[in-house]
Amino acid sequence: MLTPEERQEIEAELPRYPQKQAVCIDAMKIVQRHRGWVSDESIRDIAELLGMSADDLDGVATFYNLIHRKPVGRHVILLCNSVSCWIMGYERLHQRLCKRLGVQFGETTSDERFTLLPIVCLGTCDHAPALMIGNDLHVDVTPDSMDQVLENYR
Amino acid sequence: MAIIYIDDKPHQADAKQNLLHACLSLGFNLPYFCWHPALGSVGACRQCAVKQFRTPDDKHGHLVMACMIPAVEGTRISIHDPEAVAFRAGIIEGMMQNHPHDCPVCDEGGECHLQDMTVMTGHNYRRYDFPKRTFRNQYLGPFVNHEMNRCIQCYRCVRFYREYAGGNDFNVFGIRNTAYFGRYQDGVLESEFAGNLDEVCPTGVFTDATHKHHYTRKWDLQFAPSVCVHCGLGCNISPGERYGTLRRIVNRYHGDINGYFLCDRGRHGSEFVNSDQRIRQARLRRNGQLQAVSKAEALEHIRQVLTSSSRVIGIGSPRASLEANFALRAAVGERNFFAGIFQRELRLLNRVLDVLRNGLAPAASLREMENSDAVLVLGEDVTNYAPRMALSLRQSVRQGPMAMADKLKIPHWLDHSVRELAQDSKGPLFIASIAATRLDDVASETYHAAPDELARLGFAVAHKLDDNAPAVSGLTLEQTALAERIAQALRSARQPLIVSGLSCHSTAVISAAANIAQALRRTGQPSRVTFTVPECNSVGLALLGGRPLEDAFAAVRNRAADTVIVLENDLYRRASVQDVDALLLGAKHVIVLDHLTNATSTKAELVLPAATFAESDGTLVNNEARAQRFFQTFVPQPDVQESWRWLRDAIIASGRQDFAAWENLDHVIASMAVEVPALAAASKAAPDATFRMSGAKVPRQPERYSGRTAMLANIDLSEPKPPDDPDSPLSFSMEGSPDQPPSPLIPFAWSPGWNSYQAWNKFQEEIAGPLRGGNPGVPLVEAAAQPQQEYVRDVPAPFQPGDGEWLIVPFYHIFGSEELSIHSHGVKQLSPGAYLAMNDKDAERARLRPEDRIEFTIAAISYQAALKVRADLPQGIAAIPAGIEPLQGIQLPDWSRIVRVA
Amino acid sequence: MTSERPLTKDMKPGGEALSLREYERVGGYHSVHKALRMDPKNVTDLVTKSGLRGRGGAGFPTGSKWSFVPIGPDAPRPKYLIANADEMEPGTFKDRYLLEGNPHQLLEGMMIGARAIEAEVAYVFLRAEYVLAGKRVAQAIAEAYSAGYLGHRIFGSELNLELYLHVSAGRYMCGEETGLLNALEGKRANPRTKPPYPQVSGLFGKPTIVQNVETLANLPHILNNGADWFKSLSRTADAGTKLYGASGKVKRPGLWELPMGTTMRELLEEHSGGMQDGLKFRGVLPGGASTDFLTEQHLDVKMDFTETQKAGSRLGTGTMIVLDDQTCPVGMVWNLEDFFAQESCGWCTPCWSGLRWAERILGAFERGEGNETDLEKLTWITSFCAPGHTFCALAPGAAEPLQSALKYFREDFLRHIHEKRCPWR
Ligand SMILES: Cc1cc2nc3c(=O)[nH]c(=O)nc-3n(C[C@H](O)[C@H](O)[C@H](O)COP(=O)(O)O)c2cc1C
Ligand code: SF4
Ligand code: FES
Repeated sequence: MLTPEERQEIEAELPRYPQKQAVCIDAMKIVQRHRGWVSDESIRDIAELLGMSADDLDGVATFYNLIHRKPVGRHVILLCNSVSCWIMGYERLHQRLCKRLGVQFGETTSDERFTLLPIVCLGTCDHAPALMIGNDLHVDVTPDSMDQVLENYR
Repeated sequence: MAIIYIDDKPHQADAKQNLLHACLSLGFNLPYFCWHPALGSVGACRQCAVKQFRTPDDKHGHLVMACMIPAVEGTRISIHDPEAVAFRAGIIEGMMQNHPHDCPVCDEGGECHLQDMTVMTGHNYRRYDFPKRTFRNQYLGPFVNHEMNRCIQCYRCVRFYREYAGGNDFNVFGIRNTAYFGRYQDGVLESEFAGNLDEVCPTGVFTDATHKHHYTRKWDLQFAPSVCVHCGLGCNISPGERYGTLRRIVNRYHGDINGYFLCDRGRHGSEFVNSDQRIRQARLRRNGQLQAVSKAEALEHIRQVLTSSSRVIGIGSPRASLEANFALRAAVGERNFFAGIFQRELRLLNRVLDVLRNGLAPAASLREMENSDAVLVLGEDVTNYAPRMALSLRQSVRQGPMAMADKLKIPHWLDHSVRELAQDSKGPLFIASIAATRLDDVASETYHAAPDELARLGFAVAHKLDDNAPAVSGLTLEQTALAERIAQALRSARQPLIVSGLSCHSTAVISAAANIAQALRRTGQPSRVTFTVPECNSVGLALLGGRPLEDAFAAVRNRAADTVIVLENDLYRRASVQDVDALLLGAKHVIVLDHLTNATSTKAELVLPAATFAESDGTLVNNEARAQRFFQTFVPQPDVQESWRWLRDAIIASGRQDFAAWENLDHVIASMAVEVPALAAASKAAPDATFRMSGAKVPRQPERYSGRTAMLANIDLSEPKPPDDPDSPLSFSMEGSPDQPPSPLIPFAWSPGWNSYQAWNKFQEEIAGPLRGGNPGVPLVEAAAQPQQEYVRDVPAPFQPGDGEWLIVPFYHIFGSEELSIHSHGVKQLSPGAYLAMNDKDAERARLRPEDRIEFTIAAISYQAALKVRADLPQGIAAIPAGIEPLQGIQLPDWSRIVRVA
Repeated sequence: MTSERPLTKDMKPGGEALSLREYERVGGYHSVHKALRMDPKNVTDLVTKSGLRGRGGAGFPTGSKWSFVPIGPDAPRPKYLIANADEMEPGTFKDRYLLEGNPHQLLEGMMIGARAIEAEVAYVFLRAEYVLAGKRVAQAIAEAYSAGYLGHRIFGSELNLELYLHVSAGRYMCGEETGLLNALEGKRANPRTKPPYPQVSGLFGKPTIVQNVETLANLPHILNNGADWFKSLSRTADAGTKLYGASGKVKRPGLWELPMGTTMRELLEEHSGGMQDGLKFRGVLPGGASTDFLTEQHLDVKMDFTETQKAGSRLGTGTMIVLDDQTCPVGMVWNLEDFFAQESCGWCTPCWSGLRWAERILGAFERGEGNETDLEKLTWITSFCAPGHTFCALAPGAAEPLQSALKYFREDFLRHIHEKRCPWR
């Protein structure tokens, strides 16, 4: 069931579009902001609220990479693996992260602290390599500075 | 028409169509996937690439997708251009990256569009040498099997299921080369047309799950041209048989009726042919027990009965062929022939025939319905009563928005462009029915009310259209306004359509529909009408005539008759136990001809094994009064024979040797033409048995039919001679003429290079148009040149809910209400149980709760069922499922009290 | 030659956004008053005359695009104007700068565009990862609404304009203009069939213009200073300034607003400070991941739409990615193709099948498992995904770096084959 808060936030989006379905991506992101991810149940609930079928909505959900259809950790690390970051040392960063966290891309640490995901170019190529943790962008990251950065996310 | 140049040669093409359509119509083999003749072009698969040249001097040219380019005057393309050829092979190569190459174990093998296109493009050797992606498959219900690894991402399935058939419980998930086509979660596909995925999917992702239980390759099946027996629309089918069992049904293209699609009842409802309830030998009652007897014994018994009886009456059937009914009539005499349905139904059918004969408005074929731009459905739940019609009506709402496309000069076949332009706008489709229907999602307005109110609305629409039509007094404001909107929509349409029929059992509703057609005609607006009818030969039976069923009951009750012959008709489904018991026990002798053991046959003295549609030939007349011939798919076990043959043998046994002249079906048809002029044209429904192509018969078996010499080797090492078929120009063999037969005789679609259903391309005059030489069937009803101008004037009074009583009406269910298809495993699984549905407020007032066990009483018999509460049902009305045990044999509509069972 | 920097000159050195008040102090929103006094058609004509070409990658003349929108009382309504702020092309980081540094400039540009096509509703379509930009654009929109610049009767005129921020949920395809429309409608971001073109039937079936952020940001200045001024900003026939950028192993990667037609050599040697010490220049993707490699011989190419195309590549987004001699070209192309294969929407066969295949082959090369026939396969895939062969421009864009790498770095591919490993690893 959607919480009253979630429902309210979703409904607040409705006037911005002439059709209900147009809100569906916003709606999934609202639920995701509250719960970290969008469960099968949430898909059903959101779909119902917007007059869609679960199949309609999940077809949309699975198109977009920033809708998480699986549970994630407290912090999602989006590590840019696109070309400029690759040139500037993404691979070393990747190796270090995997080793430190003990996970591969797509996995969550056993303490549910971090989920590690690849992301396409973050548009900060002049400060590559880059990554995001939650809403925070980190640029010019080195394997060593990264250790420092991770400390700030408990 | 336009002249286009294909590899430097001029050709005629339809300028309103695309180049792929043009090339295929001209007989070129141009491969394609995402395009489908009924679904239009979306340009996804890129398989149909050709080279286009801007001018005659353009030597370079550029690749275009033929399906996306209009075939306008002067267009120059090359199919054989090396770059185009290489590109097309490349598309297959791309699709094959992930395809499992599991053809030997794939149900699609041998009739796979992907196989055909692979061969057509010449792609042979695999250059991709990396792992393939794999998927988990889903359970999609009893009809459709899922094998996602075979997917080539052509998007046809979602386009058919969602956009064409309106289903929303199926989709594409994920992206890139791992798009997944299925459901959000495992579960039964909700669309009544899901089975078409089997044919729509060009490879083996979606296959026929019922076929799987006794799978046979297309090339090993024996087919016949046939007609679906599961409703009154007469969709054309190709049943396939092997080793004496009916293996499956596939669509047989008919340009006016079913086109490329069937409903799931039609496709999956024929398992009754193989049922263990089948009557395969004659059975005679001895010492109170029915015991198998030989044909000769059965006929000897008949001789004794018929020669000793004082009066023999025959009860015909709306699900038996014209020929079977006529033979029964011949056996008992016109005076003793009873139609097998009640007066009420006969009257409704005759009312329908009157309207068709009067020529107020021609009957619309399903194809014509798709082109209607304003539709009023009066009284019908089409999806459940005449299922395939729902798919056609669904397309009709696209006609209105096509005007937008025309304005921007966007061709209608450019499917997604037209859909995006139209957004949610839909042409007018008004559905006035007793309760919600499965088409409501595309309706512009729905109206739910009692049958009398539906009729009143119809009369009101007619009056709005023409003042001379009778006015309706006492309408609510809501009804008046709605009638005005409907009238407005019909009046301003190019091709308005009125759909009505028998499902709400109201002559007033049919008359109201007729008045609307009349009013439109008188105001200079040509319209079309369509009526639904309950069974596959309801109209044929009505044309043949015969007295109503109640008169047969009376004849036995009054001892005016002592012997009854019942033809393919389980009377307990129509009439109450008392009435049927009185008939069957009251008569001295009861002879039943049928396919399956049922309540009626178990009471008979003699039961004769009657061939099903798959084992016999005959003529059925559909709701448009189109007579169509169905042909025997296979030879049944020796004692099973056509009802008309049993009846002929009976007549001869009774001493009328002249009937020995009925040697084959054509003889029956010929004498029917003499005796019943209304049916004379039925002889033209298909070529007669003497028809030959290049001196040969039409083979029922594909040229690749295998194992014939070994099939019976466990019984006899020498290969038996194929059975003769005296009744048709078809042979039970692979030998015969290689020519393309006339359309009523096409057993299956196959053409060099085209092993899949897509081969229908090769049988059509133009893609998606009529079959060569015209679509099968002949009209039996000719519309009067000068229609009579009278309006029906008896408008019913407003519906008055009863005081403590409800008007009980039957609700039809696509899965469950029809007698024969319920014997299919999947149909049974999807059928509802017995219930009685009631409006929620009514239930509250009556202190009834959902799932309460309730009782109602009709004609002094009480029935029990679980209560369902539905807000969409009008107050004062209750509904029970039609034809579902134990709620059978109840004559409805009728009034009853409804009480909770303690 | 001038060195005006209309798009960036007012931005604060610290990178904070200009507030509404600050923006107005430097002349902000002046152009809207002007536009409101003009006939919509004249606005379009002015933009056409200015020679402004779209900065989103394709370089389509902006005024000419607007001229297809039905205008006047009979036009379908509402009409839409959309700022394409999806910026997801690898190597591209120019719109972020404009969004974060001066969101009001974008809004002002959108108002001009909306005026020209008589749009009543506008959206900023923003990629989700641009969190800071999102905050600032939202803030700017709120400021503009409370000042009466948006909503009913904007600037006290008869006109209404609702402007909303839509934050997306990922996928490169959302930047493709018709994919964007689907995304905004809450659908899968597959591209749409044309015709109809969005100008006639776009968002929710209504006339729609989609314009890149940088394109829109130019509009206030064109309105204020005129077409001739705008042309004079450029060194070549393609008018205006351009936000150029450089990433990769150069000394000072960054972003600069420079006259259109600045040469690659200037960008590389002056603005980026040349290659990092010890590294040599090998090649460059001049305008983002979907443009063809250029090499040493092209350094003097004037980076505008026409000249870059003549050199065998495209200006694209004008943000170049530099390849040095210590970085494996095959690995770089592998990375690019992996991106494109991953972002393919899955609609048309050459794209979803071809790009993943190319990616796998390139991966094999990097593992030392490539061979000569693989090179033929790669060449085949580039022609398989050529323009016109696919449904949208994603796959042809993906083919560009691959086909040019095969041309310019063939030796490197062969070394992978012969050494059975990546020589740079
Ligand atoms: C795959 C793909 C991605 C694109 N992404 C963007 C983008 O992120 N931003 C953008 O402005 N244009 C992008 N474009 C170009 C747009 O389709 C469109 O041409 C542009 O937004 C038009 O604006 P302009 O004329 O101002 O350049 C993309 C095109 C393609 C084919
Ligand atoms: S499942 Fe069949 S119809 Fe659907 S995309 Fe795949 S191949 Fe096409
Ligand atoms: S059939 Fe033409 S692109 Fe698919």
